[in-house]
Amino acid sequence: MKIRSFLRLCWFIGGLLLMGSFPVHAELMVDITQGGDGAMPIAVLPFSALGVPSGSLSPVIASDLEGSGKFVVMPASRFPEQPFMPAHPDFSLWQQQGQEHVVIGRIVQGSQSDTLYAEFVLYDVIQGREVLSERVPFKLNETRHAGHRIADLIYKALTGERGVFNTRVAYVSASGDGNDREYRLLVADTDGEDPKVVMTSPEPIMSPTWSPDGKKIAYVSFEDHAAAVFVQNLGSGERQKVSSHSGINGAPSWSPDGTQLALTLSKDGSPDIYILGIVSGSLRRVTKDDSIETEASWSPDGLSLVLTSDRGGKPQLYVVSAQGGEPRRLTYDGAYNARGVFSPDGRKIAMVHGGDGGYRIGLMDAEGGDIKLLTAGRLDESPAFAPNGQFILYSRKDSGHDPLAMVSIDGKFKKNIKIKGGDVRGASWSP
Amino acid sequence: MFAAHPGRLELNAQEEIMMQIFSSVLSVLMMVLVLGCSSKGGVNEEGEGGDEASAQDGGRGAKAGKYSYGRGKNGIGGAGGPGSPAAQRVIYFGYDSDDVLPEYQSVVTGNAEYLSNHPDASAVLEGHADERGSSEYNIALGERRALSVARNLRLQGVGDRQLQILSYGEEKPATSGHEEATWQRNRRVEITYQGR
Repeated sequence: MKIRSFLRLCWFIGGLLLMGSFPVHAELMVDITQGGDGAMPIAVLPFSALGVPSGSLSPVIASDLEGSGKFVVMPASRFPEQPFMPAHPDFSLWQQQGQEHVVIGRIVQGSQSDTLYAEFVLYDVIQGREVLSERVPFKLNETRHAGHRIADLIYKALTGERGVFNTRVAYVSASGDGNDREYRLLVADTDGEDPKVVMTSPEPIMSPTWSPDGKKIAYVSFEDHAAAVFVQNLGSGERQKVSSHSGINGAPSWSPDGTQLALTLSKDGSPDIYILGIVSGSLRRVTKDDSIETEASWSPDGLSLVLTSDRGGKPQLYVVSAQGGEPRRLTYDGAYNARGVFSPDGRKIAMVHGGDGGYRIGLMDAEGGDIKLLTAGRLDESPAFAPNGQFILYSRKDSGHDPLAMVSIDGKFKKNIKIKGGDVRGASWSP
Repeated sequence: MFAAHPGRLELNAQEEIMMQIFSSVLSVLMMVLVLGCSSKGGVNEEGEGGDEASAQDGGRGAKAGKYSYGRGKNGIGGAGGPGSPAAQRVIYFGYDSDDVLPEYQSVVTGNAEYLSNHPDASAVLEGHADERGSSEYNIALGERRALSVARNLRLQGVGDRQLQILSYGEEKPATSGHEEATWQRNRRVEITYQGR
């Protein structure tokens, strides 16, 4: 046996062992607090590797699908059989168990020694046919992401919508008190796994927001004992201070083409909305009023901004042309509406709605009108749409809860996202 | 698409035999491993691993982002120290309000006297808000509170150059908790004297 082949084999087997030690309990991470309607039954069989079940991919896929609220995943203990690819499932067996779809797959080694392939087939066991069969290449250290990609493919095939399991969330976590307080900007998978620190500071970090190409994050940092807006490249770690006027430098929001940031500045008196050309450094004022104008967020067509203003006495949402002009009031329902954000299709606006019971996530038509409350917490804030527009990420400050959660836009499905340590401030969903 | 001819490992006969041996060894090893993991309490194990990974991956960001500062938040030294009229330096506010309440006017006046008598002294007025509502609106609210105190100080003869405004919104709570007693203590302006 050639040494090279032997090493290759050892490497492969060692890798599989490592994969076996990945969290088999990943499905425990999904903490669904309220189920959605019409979830589809599906069984995800363990992917086989060298003829033995591998613990690595199926738990991630199962957890993603279950966590979308669109599927009910069959527990492994109830599987009537466990065929390995290339064998087919016995369709009638699964039908009898009330299943509609079965995923069966395996991991094989690629021709390049560091590449593996996850091959899988999605079967419709009612009609006894193949819905989808794919081969997803991945590297050993990307196993979780391969699982997310497979879940995205299954989700798209069965719901017709884009899957968002392979996207990420950015958030700020604060822990400790007084001089020991530490602020961390992190990015993690949408299930809260694989958190990575982007930056840390003893002074506050706020309002992280992803660039439309997903490569950069803009955020506010008080590291110089004054507010400044930074843009940081996630790949290289390079960062640039783009705004540090006297007073407030806050609430960055990327224009849809990624060339401009809407900002809140108070350098000319009270907080107003400005638009900064990121490369040119040009600065254009959009609003001009003695009241508070802040939290601008672009419409997906780049033509207008939704913002929070208390010009009417209480904070309410207004919309203004990106070219400037008089803001038009959108919300009349309740004494507190703030942090408005457009849905990816531009047809809805989510916001923080304050009322007697507390602060909740609300949703309304982009033209205004009635606000539908999606959540029922005391301190639900910081709404951010998933890139497919189907879910809204939000923070929950009230004690006794996980700090991040998501809700479907019909309000019927809710899920907690497990984040370790500290309270979470602000969250943004990657494109 | 591979369904008709699923991909297979390219192995020669010798490797195939080795593979079979390894495969059976592998099954046993994996079982041991799975049992081992579960007996150690998988969640904690994994949690620590995750922290380690993030610390590593965060090395780059941490390098960019770890800051140390010459002055701490309360680096007020002797200026207006205990016993002086400016010993009280926190003014509290009502919900969504920037009005200096009558019961805190004496605190503002005490600091106004100190600053008027020490024209070289300067102070940062740090505006804060409670955690309710959106964080960026609270930054604006904190600034408004600090400006309200600044106006009050100026009316009592404090020079513009002696004052700096800084709003932390809800980001630096004086105390943590999620009820009115806590919120009351967090809606505040802290007057922080600069050294020298």
